[in-house]
Amino acid sequence: MSYVPDNLLYTASHEWLEELDKGIYRIGITDFAQDQLGDIVFVELPKEGGSYAQEDECGVVESVKTASDIYCPIVGTVIAVNDSLEDSPELINDSPYDDGWIFEIEIDEDADLDHLMSAEDYRESIEED
Amino acid sequence: MKKTVLNEAHRKAGAKMVNFNGWNMPINYGSQIEEHHAVRTDAGMFDVSHMTVVDIEGSEATNFLYRLLANDIKKLNTNQAMYSTMLNEQGGVIDDLIVYKLSDTNYRIVVNAGTRDKDIAWFEKQITAFDAIMTEQTDTVMIAVQGPNAIKKLQPLLDLDLSDTKRFYANYNDHIFVGRTGYTGEDGVEVMIAPEAAGALWQQLIDAGVKPCGLGARDTLRLEAGMHLYGQDMDENITPLECGLGWTIRKNDDSFIGAQALNNLKTKGVDKKLVGLVLNGRGILRHDQTVSDEAGSQGIITSGGFSPSTGKAIAMAVVDTNMSDPVSVAIREKTLPCHVVNLPFVRNGKSLIEE
Repeated sequence: MSYVPDNLLYTASHEWLEELDKGIYRIGITDFAQDQLGDIVFVELPKEGGSYAQEDECGVVESVKTASDIYCPIVGTVIAVNDSLEDSPELINDSPYDDGWIFEIEIDEDADLDHLMSAEDYRESIEED
Repeated sequence: MKKTVLNEAHRKAGAKMVNFNGWNMPINYGSQIEEHHAVRTDAGMFDVSHMTVVDIEGSEATNFLYRLLANDIKKLNTNQAMYSTMLNEQGGVIDDLIVYKLSDTNYRIVVNAGTRDKDIAWFEKQITAFDAIMTEQTDTVMIAVQGPNAIKKLQPLLDLDLSDTKRFYANYNDHIFVGRTGYTGEDGVEVMIAPEAAGALWQQLIDAGVKPCGLGARDTLRLEAGMHLYGQDMDENITPLECGLGWTIRKNDDSFIGAQALNNLKTKGVDKKLVGLVLNGRGILRHDQTVSDEAGSQGIITSGGFSPSTGKAIAMAVVDTNMSDPVSVAIREKTLPCHVVNLPFVRNGKSLIEE
Protein backbone atom coordinates (compact mmCIF):
# COMPACT_ATOMS: atom_id res chain seq x y z
CA MET A 1 0.00 0.00 0.00
CA SER A 2 1.48 3.33 -1.04
CA TYR A 3 1.88 6.19 1.43
CA VAL A 4 -0.07 9.35 0.51
CA PRO A 5 0.46 12.19 3.04
CA ASP A 6 -2.69 14.20 3.76
CA ASN A 7 -1.06 17.64 3.63
CA LEU A 8 0.10 17.50 -0.01
CA LEU A 9 -1.47 18.08 -3.42
CA TYR A 10 -1.15 15.57 -6.27
CA THR A 11 -1.29 15.22 -10.06
CA ALA A 12 -2.60 12.42 -12.25
CA SER A 13 0.99 11.90 -13.46
CA HIS A 14 2.09 11.08 -9.87
CA GLU A 15 3.84 14.26 -8.80
CA TRP A 16 3.25 15.71 -5.32
CA LEU A 17 3.29 19.41 -4.38
CA GLU A 18 3.92 20.93 -0.99
CA GLU A 19 3.16 24.63 -0.48
CA LEU A 20 6.24 26.01 1.31
CA ASP A 21 5.19 29.66 1.22
CA LYS A 22 2.61 31.67 -0.68
CA GLY A 23 3.08 30.79 -4.37
CA ILE A 24 6.15 28.61 -3.65
CA TYR A 25 5.79 24.86 -4.12
CA ARG A 26 8.19 21.95 -3.59
CA ILE A 27 7.64 19.09 -6.03
CA GLY A 28 8.59 15.41 -6.18
CA ILE A 29 7.16 12.08 -7.28
CA THR A 30 4.89 9.99 -5.09
CA ASP A 31 5.63 6.82 -3.17
CA PHE A 32 3.34 5.00 -5.63
CA ALA A 33 5.38 6.31 -8.58
CA GLN A 34 8.78 5.35 -7.12
CA ASP A 35 7.45 1.88 -6.28
CA GLN A 36 6.19 1.39 -9.84
CA LEU A 37 9.51 2.55 -11.29
CA GLY A 38 11.74 0.36 -9.11
CA ASP A 39 15.32 1.29 -8.19
CA ILE A 40 16.02 4.80 -9.48
CA VAL A 41 19.49 5.19 -11.00
CA PHE A 42 19.51 8.59 -12.71
CA VAL A 43 17.68 11.91 -12.42
CA GLU A 44 17.80 14.71 -14.96
CA LEU A 45 16.83 17.79 -12.96
CA PRO A 46 14.88 20.78 -14.29
CA LYS A 47 16.94 23.89 -15.12
CA GLU A 48 17.23 26.28 -12.20
CA GLY A 49 15.75 29.58 -13.35
CA GLY A 50 13.88 27.83 -16.14
CA SER A 51 10.26 28.74 -16.87
CA TYR A 52 7.86 25.91 -17.57
CA ALA A 53 4.25 25.75 -18.65
CA GLN A 54 1.81 23.37 -17.00
CA GLU A 55 2.48 19.79 -18.18
CA ASP A 56 5.84 20.67 -19.78
CA GLU A 57 8.40 17.90 -19.54
CA CYS A 58 10.92 19.44 -17.18
CA GLY A 59 13.05 16.49 -16.14
CA VAL A 60 13.47 12.73 -16.26
CA VAL A 61 13.63 10.01 -13.65
CA GLU A 62 15.27 6.80 -14.86
CA SER A 63 15.00 3.52 -13.01
CA VAL A 64 16.54 0.13 -13.72
CA LYS A 65 13.36 -0.54 -15.68
CA THR A 66 12.46 2.58 -17.63
CA ALA A 67 12.75 6.34 -18.20
CA SER A 68 9.86 8.44 -16.93
CA ASP A 69 9.33 12.13 -17.65
CA ILE A 70 8.70 14.58 -14.85
CA TYR A 71 5.92 16.98 -15.81
CA CYS A 72 5.75 20.47 -14.42
CA PRO A 73 2.43 20.48 -12.52
CA ILE A 74 1.91 24.26 -12.64
CA VAL A 75 3.17 27.17 -14.70
CA GLY A 76 6.09 28.98 -13.06
CA THR A 77 9.84 29.40 -12.62
CA VAL A 78 12.17 26.87 -11.01
CA ILE A 79 13.88 28.49 -8.01
CA ALA A 80 15.71 25.45 -6.57
CA VAL A 81 16.63 21.88 -7.52
CA ASN A 82 17.73 18.98 -5.31
CA ASP A 83 21.38 18.58 -6.38
CA SER A 84 21.92 15.63 -4.04
CA LEU A 85 19.86 13.49 -6.45
CA GLU A 86 22.71 13.68 -8.97
CA ASP A 87 24.91 11.47 -6.81
CA SER A 88 22.15 9.72 -4.84
CA PRO A 89 19.12 9.19 -7.09
CA GLU A 90 18.00 6.40 -4.74
CA LEU A 91 16.85 9.12 -2.29
CA ILE A 92 13.63 9.15 -4.33
CA ASN A 93 13.07 5.47 -3.50
CA ASP A 94 14.09 5.82 0.13
CA SER A 95 12.36 9.11 0.93
CA PRO A 96 10.03 10.26 -1.87
CA TYR A 97 8.38 13.06 0.17
CA ASP A 98 11.43 14.39 2.06
CA ASP A 99 15.07 13.88 1.00
CA GLY A 100 13.90 12.79 -2.45
CA TRP A 101 12.20 16.08 -3.40
CA ILE A 102 13.12 17.15 -6.94
CA PHE A 103 12.59 20.90 -7.44
CA GLU A 104 10.89 24.05 -6.15
CA ILE A 105 8.85 26.42 -8.25
CA GLU A 106 7.51 29.94 -7.89
CA ILE A 107 4.19 29.87 -9.66
CA ASP A 108 2.97 32.53 -12.06
CA GLU A 109 0.20 34.81 -10.81
CA ASP A 110 -2.32 33.36 -13.24
CA ALA A 111 -1.34 29.73 -12.46
CA ASP A 112 -4.22 27.28 -12.53
CA LEU A 113 -4.42 24.96 -9.50
CA ASP A 114 -7.82 23.43 -10.24
CA HIS A 115 -6.42 20.20 -11.71
CA LEU A 116 -4.47 19.34 -8.56
CA MET A 117 -5.89 16.54 -6.44
CA SER A 118 -6.32 16.18 -2.71
CA ALA A 119 -4.70 13.22 -0.95
CA GLU A 120 -8.07 11.51 -0.80
CA ASP A 121 -8.70 11.87 -4.54
CA TYR A 122 -5.16 10.73 -5.37
CA ARG A 123 -5.55 7.64 -3.16
CA GLU A 124 -8.70 6.76 -5.06
CA SER A 125 -7.03 7.29 -8.44
CA ILE A 126 -4.14 4.93 -7.70
CA GLU A 127 -6.44 2.26 -6.33
CA GLU A 128 -8.13 2.20 -9.74
CA ASP A 129 -4.77 1.65 -11.51
CA MET B 1 -1.65 -16.25 -17.75
CA LYS B 2 0.60 -19.25 -17.04
CA LYS B 3 2.01 -19.70 -13.55
CA THR B 4 4.98 -21.68 -12.32
CA VAL B 5 4.72 -24.03 -9.34
CA LEU B 6 6.56 -21.41 -7.25
CA ASN B 7 4.09 -18.58 -8.02
CA GLU B 8 2.57 -18.55 -4.53
CA ALA B 9 6.04 -18.62 -2.92
CA HIS B 10 7.01 -15.52 -4.93
CA ARG B 11 3.93 -13.62 -3.80
CA LYS B 12 4.53 -14.58 -0.18
CA ALA B 13 8.10 -13.27 -0.50
CA GLY B 14 6.73 -9.89 -1.61
CA ALA B 15 7.48 -10.20 -5.31
CA LYS B 16 6.23 -7.65 -7.81
CA MET B 17 4.75 -9.85 -10.55
CA VAL B 18 4.70 -9.04 -14.26
CA ASN B 19 3.60 -10.65 -17.51
CA PHE B 20 6.67 -12.14 -19.21
CA ASN B 21 5.92 -13.94 -22.48
CA GLY B 22 2.55 -15.06 -21.14
CA TRP B 23 3.97 -16.14 -17.77
CA ASN B 24 3.21 -14.43 -14.47
CA MET B 25 6.77 -13.96 -13.16
CA PRO B 26 8.56 -11.95 -10.42
CA ILE B 27 10.34 -8.81 -11.70
CA ASN B 28 11.81 -8.12 -8.24
CA TYR B 29 11.20 -8.80 -4.54
CA GLY B 30 11.86 -5.19 -3.48
CA SER B 31 15.20 -3.91 -4.75
CA GLN B 32 16.47 -5.24 -8.05
CA ILE B 33 19.90 -3.72 -7.34
CA GLU B 34 20.25 -5.59 -4.02
CA GLU B 35 19.31 -8.81 -5.82
CA HIS B 36 21.95 -8.09 -8.48
CA HIS B 37 24.67 -7.55 -5.85
CA ALA B 38 23.64 -10.72 -3.99
CA VAL B 39 24.43 -12.76 -7.11
CA ARG B 40 27.73 -10.95 -7.75
CA THR B 41 28.98 -11.24 -4.16
CA ASP B 42 27.19 -14.20 -2.55
CA ALA B 43 24.26 -16.25 -3.88
CA GLY B 44 20.88 -15.57 -5.47
CA MET B 45 18.24 -17.71 -7.15
CA PHE B 46 15.77 -17.33 -9.98
CA ASP B 47 12.65 -19.29 -10.84
CA VAL B 48 13.22 -20.08 -14.52
CA SER B 49 10.55 -22.75 -14.80
CA HIS B 50 8.98 -20.82 -17.67
CA MET B 51 11.85 -21.98 -19.88
CA THR B 52 11.22 -24.95 -22.14
CA VAL B 53 12.99 -28.29 -21.62
CA VAL B 54 13.00 -30.80 -24.47
CA ASP B 55 14.65 -34.25 -24.47
CA ILE B 56 15.83 -35.80 -27.75
CA GLU B 57 16.36 -39.56 -27.84
CA GLY B 58 17.14 -42.13 -30.51
CA SER B 59 19.90 -43.71 -32.55
CA GLU B 60 20.06 -40.61 -34.76
CA ALA B 61 19.68 -38.01 -31.99
CA THR B 62 23.27 -36.82 -32.58
CA ASN B 63 22.78 -36.53 -36.34
CA PHE B 64 19.52 -34.65 -35.85
CA LEU B 65 21.08 -32.07 -33.54
CA TYR B 66 24.18 -31.81 -35.75
CA ARG B 67 21.85 -30.76 -38.57
CA LEU B 68 19.63 -28.55 -36.37
CA LEU B 69 22.28 -26.62 -34.43
CA ALA B 70 25.10 -24.39 -35.69
CA ASN B 71 27.60 -25.34 -32.99
CA ASP B 72 29.57 -28.62 -33.03
CA ILE B 73 27.72 -30.93 -30.67
CA LYS B 74 29.92 -33.83 -31.81
CA LYS B 75 32.65 -32.28 -29.63
CA LEU B 76 30.61 -32.81 -26.46
CA ASN B 77 31.68 -35.29 -23.80
CA THR B 78 29.04 -37.20 -21.87
CA ASN B 79 27.21 -34.79 -19.49
CA GLN B 80 28.83 -31.75 -21.09
CA ALA B 81 26.74 -28.70 -22.03
CA MET B 82 27.10 -26.30 -24.95
CA TYR B 83 25.56 -22.98 -25.99
CA SER B 84 24.36 -22.88 -29.59
CA THR B 85 22.26 -20.91 -31.99
CA MET B 86 19.56 -22.59 -34.09
CA LEU B 87 19.19 -21.01 -37.53
CA ASN B 88 16.64 -20.94 -40.30
CA GLU B 89 17.59 -21.53 -43.96
CA GLN B 90 18.35 -17.80 -44.34
CA GLY B 91 20.84 -17.93 -41.47
CA GLY B 92 18.52 -15.97 -39.15
CA VAL B 93 18.49 -16.92 -35.48
CA ILE B 94 15.39 -18.94 -34.55
CA ASP B 95 16.63 -19.21 -30.96
CA ASP B 96 19.65 -19.63 -28.75
CA LEU B 97 19.78 -22.59 -26.39
CA ILE B 98 21.79 -24.86 -24.11
CA VAL B 99 22.20 -28.51 -25.11
CA TYR B 100 23.37 -31.19 -22.67
CA LYS B 101 24.72 -34.48 -24.00
CA LEU B 102 23.59 -37.25 -21.65
CA SER B 103 24.69 -40.10 -23.94
CA ASP B 104 25.30 -40.72 -27.65
CA THR B 105 21.56 -41.26 -28.05
CA ASN B 106 20.13 -38.86 -25.46
CA TYR B 107 20.30 -35.06 -25.24
CA ARG B 108 18.50 -32.41 -23.20
CA ILE B 109 17.83 -28.94 -24.66
CA VAL B 110 16.70 -25.77 -22.86
CA VAL B 111 15.14 -23.06 -25.03
CA ASN B 112 13.55 -19.69 -24.31
CA ALA B 113 9.99 -19.35 -23.01
CA GLY B 114 8.98 -16.70 -25.54
CA THR B 115 10.02 -18.87 -28.50
CA ARG B 116 8.58 -22.15 -27.22
CA ASP B 117 5.86 -22.62 -29.82
CA LYS B 118 7.95 -21.90 -32.89
CA ASP B 119 10.90 -23.90 -31.54
CA ILE B 120 8.76 -26.97 -30.91
CA ALA B 121 7.21 -26.63 -34.38
CA TRP B 122 10.70 -26.36 -35.91
CA PHE B 123 11.98 -29.43 -34.01
CA GLU B 124 8.94 -31.42 -35.10
CA LYS B 125 9.42 -30.45 -38.72
CA GLN B 126 13.12 -31.28 -38.81
CA ILE B 127 13.11 -34.44 -36.69
CA THR B 128 10.96 -36.45 -39.12
CA ALA B 129 14.02 -37.25 -41.27
CA PHE B 130 15.82 -38.88 -38.33
CA ASP B 131 15.39 -41.91 -36.09
CA ALA B 132 14.83 -39.80 -32.98
CA ILE B 133 11.94 -38.67 -30.82
CA MET B 134 11.41 -35.51 -28.80
CA THR B 135 9.70 -35.20 -25.42
CA GLU B 136 8.91 -31.86 -23.82
CA GLN B 137 9.33 -31.89 -20.02
CA THR B 138 6.32 -29.70 -19.33
CA ASP B 139 6.11 -30.02 -15.55
CA THR B 140 9.80 -29.63 -14.67
CA VAL B 141 10.63 -26.80 -12.29
CA MET B 142 13.91 -25.05 -12.98
CA ILE B 143 15.72 -22.95 -10.35
CA ALA B 144 18.93 -21.11 -11.26
CA VAL B 145 21.17 -20.77 -8.18
CA GLN B 146 23.92 -18.31 -9.05
CA GLY B 147 26.83 -16.54 -7.40
CA PRO B 148 30.27 -17.27 -5.91
CA ASN B 149 28.69 -19.07 -2.91
CA ALA B 150 25.81 -20.68 -4.82
CA ILE B 151 27.12 -24.25 -4.97
CA LYS B 152 28.44 -24.15 -1.39
CA LYS B 153 24.96 -23.17 -0.14
CA LEU B 154 23.08 -25.59 -2.39
CA GLN B 155 25.23 -28.71 -1.93
CA PRO B 156 24.10 -29.68 1.63
CA LEU B 157 20.47 -29.68 0.41
CA LEU B 158 21.06 -32.27 -2.33
CA ASP B 159 21.66 -36.02 -2.40
CA LEU B 160 23.90 -35.45 -5.40
CA ASP B 161 27.63 -34.73 -5.11
CA LEU B 162 28.59 -31.69 -7.20
CA SER B 163 32.28 -31.64 -6.17
CA ASP B 164 33.42 -33.19 -9.47
CA THR B 165 30.92 -31.34 -11.68
CA LYS B 166 32.96 -28.94 -13.78
CA ARG B 167 31.66 -25.73 -15.37
CA PHE B 168 29.38 -26.49 -18.29
CA TYR B 169 28.81 -30.06 -17.15
CA ALA B 170 25.68 -31.66 -15.70
CA ASN B 171 25.15 -34.21 -12.95
CA TYR B 172 21.89 -35.94 -12.16
CA ASN B 173 20.08 -38.81 -10.50
CA ASP B 174 16.53 -40.08 -11.00
CA HIS B 175 14.87 -37.09 -9.29
CA ILE B 176 17.16 -34.09 -9.80
CA PHE B 177 19.19 -32.68 -12.70
CA VAL B 178 21.88 -30.06 -12.06
CA GLY B 179 23.71 -28.22 -14.85
CA ARG B 180 26.65 -25.99 -13.91
CA THR B 181 25.45 -23.28 -16.25
CA GLY B 182 23.74 -19.92 -15.92
CA TYR B 183 22.95 -16.52 -17.33
CA THR B 184 24.69 -14.20 -14.89
CA GLY B 185 28.46 -14.36 -15.52
CA GLU B 186 28.95 -15.97 -12.11
CA ASP B 187 29.55 -19.54 -11.10
CA GLY B 188 26.40 -21.46 -10.24
CA VAL B 189 23.96 -24.07 -11.40
CA GLU B 190 20.54 -24.54 -12.93
CA VAL B 191 18.54 -27.19 -11.07
CA MET B 192 15.69 -29.12 -12.63
CA ILE B 193 13.43 -30.83 -10.12
CA ALA B 194 9.98 -32.40 -9.94
CA PRO B 195 7.18 -29.95 -9.05
CA GLU B 196 6.26 -31.73 -5.81
CA ALA B 197 9.81 -31.22 -4.46
CA ALA B 198 10.35 -27.69 -5.77
CA GLY B 199 8.64 -25.66 -3.03
CA ALA B 200 10.66 -27.36 -0.29
CA LEU B 201 13.96 -26.81 -2.11
CA TRP B 202 13.11 -23.13 -2.73
CA GLN B 203 12.38 -22.61 0.98
CA GLN B 204 15.53 -24.49 2.05
CA LEU B 205 17.58 -22.27 -0.25
CA ILE B 206 16.04 -19.15 1.34
CA ASP B 207 16.86 -20.59 4.77
CA ALA B 208 20.44 -21.19 3.59
CA GLY B 209 20.75 -17.48 2.74
CA VAL B 210 20.19 -17.63 -1.01
CA LYS B 211 18.36 -14.44 -2.06
CA PRO B 212 15.32 -14.77 -4.34
CA CYS B 213 15.93 -12.62 -7.43
CA GLY B 214 13.56 -11.48 -10.17
CA LEU B 215 13.76 -11.07 -13.91
CA GLY B 216 15.00 -7.48 -13.47
CA ALA B 217 18.25 -8.57 -11.81
CA ARG B 218 18.54 -11.43 -14.28
CA ASP B 219 18.59 -8.86 -17.09
CA THR B 220 21.25 -6.56 -15.58
CA LEU B 221 23.42 -9.56 -14.66
CA ARG B 222 23.31 -11.06 -18.14
CA LEU B 223 23.92 -7.67 -19.78
CA GLU B 224 27.03 -7.09 -17.64
CA ALA B 225 28.15 -10.61 -18.59
CA GLY B 226 27.75 -9.71 -22.28
CA MET B 227 25.16 -12.44 -22.80
CA HIS B 228 22.56 -12.09 -25.53
CA LEU B 229 18.82 -11.82 -24.94
CA TYR B 230 16.75 -13.42 -27.70
CA GLY B 231 14.29 -11.03 -29.35
CA GLN B 232 16.41 -8.04 -28.38
CA ASP B 233 20.06 -8.69 -29.30
CA MET B 234 19.16 -11.11 -32.10
CA ASP B 235 16.17 -12.63 -33.87
CA GLU B 236 15.28 -14.23 -37.20
CA ASN B 237 16.22 -11.07 -39.13
CA ILE B 238 19.92 -11.19 -38.26
CA THR B 239 22.61 -13.87 -38.59
CA PRO B 240 25.01 -14.83 -35.80
CA LEU B 241 27.87 -13.33 -37.85
CA GLU B 242 26.33 -9.86 -37.54
CA CYS B 243 25.50 -9.85 -33.83
CA GLY B 244 28.51 -11.21 -31.99
CA LEU B 245 27.52 -14.88 -32.10
CA GLY B 246 29.92 -16.04 -34.80
CA TRP B 247 31.68 -18.14 -32.15
CA THR B 248 28.63 -20.41 -31.97
CA ILE B 249 29.10 -21.43 -35.63
CA ARG B 250 31.17 -24.56 -36.24
CA LYS B 251 33.99 -24.25 -38.78
CA ASN B 252 34.67 -26.28 -41.93
CA ASP B 253 31.30 -27.96 -42.00
CA ASP B 254 28.22 -26.91 -43.93
CA SER B 255 25.77 -29.58 -42.86
CA PHE B 256 23.73 -27.46 -40.42
CA ILE B 257 20.64 -25.55 -41.41
CA GLY B 258 21.58 -22.00 -42.42
CA ALA B 259 25.21 -22.79 -43.30
CA GLN B 260 24.77 -21.97 -46.98
CA ALA B 261 23.27 -18.57 -46.23
CA LEU B 262 26.15 -17.78 -43.88
CA ASN B 263 28.69 -18.71 -46.57
CA ASN B 264 26.94 -16.45 -49.05
CA LEU B 265 27.00 -13.61 -46.53
CA LYS B 266 30.71 -14.13 -45.87
CA THR B 267 31.42 -13.96 -49.60
CA LYS B 268 29.40 -10.78 -49.90
CA GLY B 269 30.96 -9.31 -46.75
CA VAL B 270 29.58 -8.95 -43.24
CA ASP B 271 28.78 -5.29 -42.64
CA LYS B 272 27.47 -5.37 -39.05
CA LYS B 273 29.00 -6.31 -35.71
CA LEU B 274 28.11 -6.31 -32.03
CA VAL B 275 30.01 -4.01 -29.68
CA GLY B 276 29.93 -3.08 -26.01
CA LEU B 277 29.34 0.58 -25.14
CA VAL B 278 29.96 2.53 -21.96
CA LEU B 279 28.48 6.00 -21.48
CA ASN B 280 31.22 8.47 -20.46
CA GLY B 281 29.02 10.80 -18.41
CA ARG B 282 25.69 10.67 -16.63
CA GLY B 283 22.57 9.12 -18.14
CA ILE B 284 21.25 5.68 -19.05
CA LEU B 285 21.68 3.78 -22.32
CA ARG B 286 18.52 2.01 -23.53
CA HIS B 287 17.31 -0.43 -26.15
CA ASP B 288 16.64 1.25 -29.54
CA GLN B 289 18.79 4.37 -29.05
CA THR B 290 20.93 5.16 -32.10
CA VAL B 291 24.74 5.14 -32.10
CA SER B 292 27.00 6.98 -34.55
CA ASP B 293 30.67 7.83 -34.98
CA GLU B 294 32.41 10.85 -36.50
CA ALA B 295 32.72 9.18 -39.91
CA GLY B 296 28.97 8.64 -40.05
CA SER B 297 28.80 4.92 -39.24
CA GLN B 298 25.50 4.04 -37.61
CA GLY B 299 24.16 1.46 -35.23
CA ILE B 300 21.46 0.71 -32.71
CA ILE B 301 21.52 -0.29 -29.06
CA THR B 302 19.99 -3.75 -28.69
CA SER B 303 20.28 -3.96 -24.88
CA GLY B 304 21.17 -1.15 -22.53
CA GLY B 305 20.81 -0.14 -18.94
CA PHE B 306 22.40 0.78 -15.64
CA SER B 307 25.13 -1.60 -14.53
CA PRO B 308 24.95 -1.96 -10.74
CA SER B 309 28.39 -3.63 -10.54
CA THR B 310 30.25 -0.81 -12.28
CA GLY B 311 27.93 2.13 -11.54
CA LYS B 312 27.95 3.00 -15.24
CA ALA B 313 25.47 2.97 -18.10
CA ILE B 314 26.35 0.09 -20.45
CA ALA B 315 24.92 -1.35 -23.65
CA MET B 316 25.33 -3.87 -26.41
CA ALA B 317 24.83 -2.42 -29.88
CA VAL B 318 24.71 -3.78 -33.42
CA VAL B 319 26.71 -1.30 -35.52
CA ASP B 320 28.43 -0.90 -38.92
CA THR B 321 31.64 -2.97 -38.91
CA ASN B 322 33.83 0.08 -39.48
CA MET B 323 32.48 2.01 -36.50
CA SER B 324 35.25 3.26 -34.27
CA ASP B 325 35.78 5.46 -31.21
CA PRO B 326 34.75 8.10 -30.37
CA VAL B 327 31.05 7.30 -30.71
CA SER B 328 27.94 9.03 -29.43
CA VAL B 329 24.40 7.97 -28.56
CA ALA B 330 21.23 9.99 -29.06
CA ILE B 331 19.31 10.17 -25.79
CA ARG B 332 16.16 12.29 -26.00
CA GLU B 333 17.25 15.68 -27.39
CA LYS B 334 20.94 15.19 -26.49
CA THR B 335 23.91 13.43 -28.05
CA LEU B 336 26.13 11.90 -25.38
CA PRO B 337 29.68 10.54 -25.83
CA CYS B 338 30.37 6.82 -25.28
CA HIS B 339 33.32 4.53 -25.80
CA VAL B 340 33.48 1.09 -27.35
CA VAL B 341 34.65 -1.75 -25.07
CA ASN B 342 35.17 -5.50 -25.31
CA LEU B 343 32.55 -7.79 -23.81
CA PRO B 344 31.89 -8.83 -21.13
CA PHE B 345 31.65 -5.77 -18.90
CA VAL B 346 31.87 -7.85 -15.72
CA ARG B 347 33.18 -11.34 -15.04
CA ASN B 348 33.23 -13.21 -11.71
CA GLY B 349 32.29 -10.11 -9.77
CA LYS B 350 34.97 -7.85 -11.30
CA SER B 351 34.53 -4.91 -13.68
CA LEU B 352 36.51 -5.35 -16.89
CA ILE B 353 35.76 -1.86 -18.21
CA GLU B 354 38.99 0.00 -18.97
CA GLU B 355 38.95 3.67 -18.07
